[in-house]
Amino acid sequence: MLHTVNKSPFATNSLQTCLGLAKSGSTLLLIEDGVYGALVGTAAAEAVVQALQEMHVYALGPDLKSRGIEKEKLIEGIEVVGYDGFVALAVANDKVQNWL
Amino acid sequence: MATTKKFMYVNRHPPYGTVYALEGLEVVLVGAAFEQDVSMAFIGDGVFQLKKGQDTSDSDMKNFSPAYKALGDYEVNKLYVERESLNERGLGDDDLMELTWEDEDDDWSEKPSIHIISRVQLADLLEEQDVILHF
Repeated sequence: MLHTVNKSPFATNSLQTCLGLAKSGSTLLLIEDGVYGALVGTAAAEAVVQALQEMHVYALGPDLKSRGIEKEKLIEGIEVVGYDGFVALAVANDKVQNWL
Repeated sequence: MATTKKFMYVNRHPPYGTVYALEGLEVVLVGAAFEQDVSMAFIGDGVFQLKKGQDTSDSDMKNFSPAYKALGDYEVNKLYVERESLNERGLGDDDLMELTWEDEDDDWSEKPSIHIISRVQLADLLEEQDVILHF
């Protein structure tokens, strides 16, 4: 299962709710304002660090770049993908949930 | 003669996911023509508006972050950023754009527009205002 989150973790509980219901082994892709959830050292980072132990976590590169978030600012273990990677993840997973 | 009022624009949204930040900035730039005492506050995800290094070349969105640099030319030179909001987001002073203005009363010397203040200080500033607009 692929989960996408497009809201800032500081603005809504979308990420928090997603992580609470996502099964071990599933995949999370942070897009749009959701990429702020990939930042290291934030009030929301601990939940993502925990999730990384049992999930694959990705962040969309163009959305990070637009927001001025450099790779060094990301939580360790998060992989950056482009639009092609987004498509590949959607194809590779049998289902997609978009947490709006 | 018209009286000058203290206007504060409070920015609480990040730059690209919604149109709040861009619309708010445009209102500030338009409003600057009315020669009021204008300041801006950046709290919550609003602090991300001032993140340096924004580059939308891969995402087809409009990068409006350079427009913040124009604020100083419109005498909008009091940009207050709440320190607690920065800290909660893993950001420090170095992560923000360098915004300056030229002080004509001080031989046009360049001065910083961004002031990082505490939540308590911001609460006092809000109390001083005549008009407060949120974006």
